[in-house]
Amino acid sequence: MADKQQELPKDAFEPLSDGSHLDNEKIAAPSLTFLRDSWRRLKKNKAAMISLIILILLFVVAFGSALIPSMNNVSTNPNLNNLPPRIPGIDIPGFNGTLVQGGQRVNAYTGAAANHYFWFGSDYLGRDLLARTLYGTRISLIIAVVATFFDLTIGVAYGIISGWKGGKVDTVMQRIIEIMLSIPNLVVMILLLLILHPGIPAIIIAIAFTSWINMARLVRAQTLELKNQEFVLAARSLGESSVKIAFKHLLPNLTSVIIINTMFTIPSAIFFEAFLSFIGIGVPAPAASLGTLISNGQKSFQFLPYQMWVPAVVLSVLMIAFNILGDGLRDAFDPKSRE
Amino acid sequence: MVRYLAKRIFYLILTLFIVTTVTFFLMKIMPGTPLTNEAKLSPSERNMVLQQYGLNKPVWQQYISYIANAVHGNFGTSFQFSDQQVSYLISSRVGPSLLLGLQAIIVGVLAGIVVGSLGAIKKGTWVDTTTTIVSILGISIPSFVLSILLQYFVALKWGWLPIAGWSGFAYTILPTLALAAMPFAESARFVRTEMVDVLSADYIELARAKGLSKFGIIYHHALRNSLIPLVTIVGPLAVNIMTGSLVVENIFAIPGIGEQFVNSVVTNDYPTIMGLTIMYCFMLCVVLLITDIIYGLIDPRIRITGKRG
Repeated sequence: MADKQQELPKDAFEPLSDGSHLDNEKIAAPSLTFLRDSWRRLKKNKAAMISLIILILLFVVAFGSALIPSMNNVSTNPNLNNLPPRIPGIDIPGFNGTLVQGGQRVNAYTGAAANHYFWFGSDYLGRDLLARTLYGTRISLIIAVVATFFDLTIGVAYGIISGWKGGKVDTVMQRIIEIMLSIPNLVVMILLLLILHPGIPAIIIAIAFTSWINMARLVRAQTLELKNQEFVLAARSLGESSVKIAFKHLLPNLTSVIIINTMFTIPSAIFFEAFLSFIGIGVPAPAASLGTLISNGQKSFQFLPYQMWVPAVVLSVLMIAFNILGDGLRDAFDPKSRE
Repeated sequence: MVRYLAKRIFYLILTLFIVTTVTFFLMKIMPGTPLTNEAKLSPSERNMVLQQYGLNKPVWQQYISYIANAVHGNFGTSFQFSDQQVSYLISSRVGPSLLLGLQAIIVGVLAGIVVGSLGAIKKGTWVDTTTTIVSILGISIPSFVLSILLQYFVALKWGWLPIAGWSGFAYTILPTLALAAMPFAESARFVRTEMVDVLSADYIELARAKGLSKFGIIYHHALRNSLIPLVTIVGPLAVNIMTGSLVVENIFAIPGIGEQFVNSVVTNDYPTIMGLTIMYCFMLCVVLLITDIIYGLIDPRIRITGKRG
């Protein structure tokens, strides 16, 4: 027996060189970070992805068109007023330059207007409605960005400080929020707009005043929960400063709350801006906001319906897209809520 | 309970006081006076007008007299309508607004409950999808766009209902629908989420195991438990309706406080703006107080203590 053992060829054995056997239970897939995992879930949500694409397109078109000179044309041209939409090469009623007048469709592009193409029509002063709508969309999107900014700065900071400090600071800060909550936001905004000179900066200040409150409340509630957890205690006992704890330990854990809530602040900010412009105390003429355009369109809705449809549809699409994306993000960040 | 109520009412008064103070001083720093356009007035005439309205006194005296008057329900005289008391202006107009607001919240929330629970029961089917789409539309489409569309199609084109005005029930339908869209959509979403949660609870399983009818389970067990938290969103819904009423009342020409507020803003009628701001604040505070009390009453798990929760 012993002899036979010696006869085994040397190459029957393979040396285990690298120690890879030690973790043969290793999971092959790369570990996903929280954000990447959420992104993977969001990608599965078709409605949310479509909304995201629509929003990106709107952003690109609205801001890209600012670079095209003809798209900045807000000059009036009384000869070309109240022309219906006309898009070259499309012959669908409503987009071929015809208009229902006295019960029958007639071509409105006659005389001086024959060679013009207003894709979305022109308004009562002969201004290109497409250019005006794009301008209004730009304002709405700027408002969206601004509201996000204040949400992320004032709202988050207020919430973290209030929750982290606790005690008297918290009580005072919460009382302030309660008082602000007891007046409808829109009333606060209107009061502020009365004091400030009308214009986009005034609207931005008014939105800054009111948009952060919800965020502050949610962040505070979450901070109260987080601050009693072990990892925060550990950081504290290791002597981390409060600021560092806030940035390194609290903020990453607040990400989902913050992102989700931002997505719901945006549509309400856009709505408020459009609303204020609609009642005539928002963006002053000749600048156009979607609200101003809808308000102008309303006056001639019976005879020139396109003048209201265009801005109304754009505004609604914007709001719907932000809301669906917000829903999608909430489901992606908090999968429990869907199951 | 009594202590809690007393505390809440104390805070309500404090809030109103602070809001009154802030709006008063905001109005004082506002550019322009009611006499801006009266350049022809001689200095003595100007002084007479200022004296009549008490505008020649130092600001702090004006403030004290304003607060003293406000406590008695007197908010001064409107700049827009001569010799019209703001308190009269408000009290004569608050009726239509309250009626519309109540109708809207009742219609909206009831429809929302039905649609939301349908969505939850038929989760994952086309019913659920439709429900979700409808509620997203309700939340997204601005109230003023919806009002214009309703007015154009239902009233003008099809002629089913009056276009605008205020003389009878038929006149309230369209504005109510326009205002109800948001509460409807919000409560449908809310009820759906709650109901989905509740339907997977153990006591529903037990009810099913006992052999109760499907309707019985939904009505007696699922619905009741999913509706309790709904009370918490009534406050935000009231804010929505107040916001919406500002413009919906304008579009439908309803003599309510929303329409008055917008008109006063456009005409710089400061006393009326102040009075209405305080009025809005008061109504919202009362709604919040009532919902908190109701919530405490219907859910025995929530004990009202002296602490605010």
